[in-house]
Amino acid sequence: MEKFTTLRTAAAPLLQENIDTDTIIPMAKMVGVSVRGSLGQWCLAPLRYLPDGSENPAFVLNRAPYRGAQILLTGPNFGCGSSRETAVWALEEIGIRCVIGSSFGDIFFNNCFQNGVLPVVVDREVVNELAAEVEARQGAATIGVDLEGGVITAPSGKTHPFTVQENRKEALLLGLDEIGQTLRHDAAISAFQARDRLARPWIYEAGEA
Amino acid sequence: MRSQGRTLFAKLWDSHVVADLGDGTALLHIDRHFLHDLGGSQGLKDIKARGMKPRSPELTFAVPDHTMSTARGRAGTTPAGVSLLQALREETEEAGVRLFDVGTPGQGIVHVVGPELGITLPGCVVVCGDSHTCTQGGVGALAFGIGSTELAHVLATQTLVQRRPKTMRVRFEGAMPVGVAPKDLILHLIGTNGAAGGTGYAIEYAGSTIRAMGVEGRLTICNLSIELGAKMGFVAPDDTTFAYVQGRMLAPKGAAFERAVAAWRELSSDADAEFDREVVINTADVAPQVTWGTSPEQVAAFDAPIPDPADIEDAGKRATVEAALDYMGLRAGDTMAGTRVDWVFIGSCTNSRISDLRDAAAVARGRKVAGHVRAWVVPGSEGVKRAAEEEGLDRVFTEAGFEWREPGCSMCVASNGEIVPPGMRAVSTSNRNFVGRQGPRARTHLASPAMAAAAAIAGMIADARKMGA
Ligand code: SF4
Repeated sequence: MEKFTTLRTAAAPLLQENIDTDTIIPMAKMVGVSVRGSLGQWCLAPLRYLPDGSENPAFVLNRAPYRGAQILLTGPNFGCGSSRETAVWALEEIGIRCVIGSSFGDIFFNNCFQNGVLPVVVDREVVNELAAEVEARQGAATIGVDLEGGVITAPSGKTHPFTVQENRKEALLLGLDEIGQTLRHDAAISAFQARDRLARPWIYEAGEA
Repeated sequence: MRSQGRTLFAKLWDSHVVADLGDGTALLHIDRHFLHDLGGSQGLKDIKARGMKPRSPELTFAVPDHTMSTARGRAGTTPAGVSLLQALREETEEAGVRLFDVGTPGQGIVHVVGPELGITLPGCVVVCGDSHTCTQGGVGALAFGIGSTELAHVLATQTLVQRRPKTMRVRFEGAMPVGVAPKDLILHLIGTNGAAGGTGYAIEYAGSTIRAMGVEGRLTICNLSIELGAKMGFVAPDDTTFAYVQGRMLAPKGAAFERAVAAWRELSSDADAEFDREVVINTADVAPQVTWGTSPEQVAAFDAPIPDPADIEDAGKRATVEAALDYMGLRAGDTMAGTRVDWVFIGSCTNSRISDLRDAAAVARGRKVAGHVRAWVVPGSEGVKRAAEEEGLDRVFTEAGFEWREPGCSMCVASNGEIVPPGMRAVSTSNRNFVGRQGPRARTHLASPAMAAAAAIAGMIADARKMGA
C-alpha cells in the first residue's frame, strides 16, 4: 500500500450532502474482470459530465485551479451507499489522496485506509471554513495535511487538529499491508476455530445433523 | 455489585473477537463469507497472487447475481457478466468454495439466498463484498458489507479488522396499520433520521411491531440499515426465527438444531442493557412511503407535499434538495400521488421474497398494467421463483401484464443492461434512488411492493390500500 505522510495541494470543495459511491463511480463503468486503471475518467461522472458526454464547465473539478487538487473537501456522508472499493480507486486515479469531511459512509471510510487515501473527519464548520478560504482565492490556495502531527493547515495558516485511529495511522505512515499484520495472529485464529468448533459445530458443518 | 446488562450487539461482537487490537479495534472471526460475481473471482485471484489459499473454504459460499441477465434463458448477459461468471466458476472450483450456479436450486440474490438456504444463522458474523449484507441481520446475525481489500483479507485469514461501532436501538411499537409494509417503516425511519442518522452505529431493531413481524419483513428492514448509514442492523432471534431456520437446506438438523436453538435463545439484549442511542417509532403513525428525491432520506408519505427548498435555511441542504428535485423533474408543493410513471420494478434484496410477491399480487390480481407502463417482477431466488409459481403468482402477474423473470439483481443496479431508460420515471421496490443508479438519468421512486404494483396498474403513484393491499 502507498504510504501517506504529509500533503500540501490545492483542494476542491464538493459540499453536496450524501454523495454516494454510485455517483463516485457508476456501476456501468466498473463492471469487468480487471477495471483498475480505467476508472479515473469516470470518477464522479454524473457530476463531471453533461448528458451529451462533454465536460460540465460548472463542476468544480473541471475548473482550472481545482483540476489537479489532491484534496477533496466533502459534504456530510460522503461515500455512502455501495461498498464498491472502485470508488476509492477512481478517486485515486484522478489524484485524490485525502478527503476531508464531517462524516463518511462507513465502508468507504475503511476502503480509503486500504488504499493509502486518508479520510479526515472534522466538524462541519471546519469543512465549510476551509472551503470558504479556498473559494475566496478562486482555488489558488493550498491546504496542508500532516498525518503524523494530526494537523490540517488552512490557506490562511490557521491550523485544525484531527485524530486517526492509532493502528490505521501507523499502517498509513508505514504503508503496511493488513493481511501481513493479521497473519501475526495466525495461532490465535487457529485456537479460536478449534474452540469454536466444539461450542458451535453447526457453523463448521453446514447442513449436517 | 451487579454488572450492567449486555446488548445483543455486545454478545455477538465479543464472542467473535480473536484478538483485541487496541483503540477500540478487534480482529473478528468471520463465520460466513459470501462471494458474488462482481468481486468474488478477483478476491480469490488476489490471494492466489500472494501464494495463499482461502483459510476456511467451507465457510465461504458463492452465488452469481449482480451481472446475470434476468431474461428467460439468461439471454442478454453482457460479455463482462459472462466473463465474471466464468471466472467465478473457475476460481471457486479451484479454491474448493461451494458455488450456487445459475439455473441451479439455491441461485439468487446473495442476501436473499443466505438466510433462505440456512447458510446464515442466528449468532453468525457474516460478511460479503456488498453493502446490503446487513439484510441478513434479520435472522439475528451480525452481517455487514466490506470492500474488496477486506474481502481478500477474509479469504486469507477468515478474520477482519474492525472498529467496534456504537449501539443504537430502534423500537417500532404497535400494530401495523392496514396496507403499511415493513418497507414503509424503514423508509420512514430514514426520512426522519437522515441518511447518516445511523453512521457509526450497529442497530438493533426491536419493539412489539418487530416481534410480531415475520422474518422476511425483518430482512427488509435490516436491508435498508446501510441507507440509514449503519453498516449493520439486526433483530434478536426468537421463536419466529427458529421456525424460519428449521428445515432449511444448510441449517443444522435434529439434535444439532436443538443444541443450536438452546444457544440462540441467549441472543437478546438484557433488560437493563444500555444503548448509545435509542429511537422509538409509533408504528401507527406510518403511512405508505414513496421517495421524491435522490437519497433515501428524501421520502414522505405518498400523498404528502414535496418539500420546498425555499423553506430550508442551511444553504448546503437547500442546494441538495434543489438538485434532487431538478434531477427528478418534480416541483415543490406537488404530491407524489398522481405522478405519472413509466416503469415499475418489483425485486431486489429488499423486496423480492415470497411475502413481497404476495403483497404485490394482491394488488395486481384481476387488474391490468396501464398501457404506457412496463412492469417487471424479478423473484429474489430460484427458491422464491419456484414457490411463487406453485402458488400461481406468476400467472397473476403475467395475466396483469407484468413480465415474470429469472432471479437476480436486475434493474436494482442496472449492471447488466437492465436499465430504466434515460429520463424515465420508475417506481422500484429496491433500496437506492441515487442519481443514475437504475441507469443514466433514470428517475427512481422507492416504495413497497404493494405501492409499486399499484403504480403499475394506475400508471401513476397511487394508494395501494384502495386496491386490495
Ligand atoms: S439486489 Fe440490488 S442492492 Fe441487493 S445485492 Fe443486488 S444490486 Fe445490491
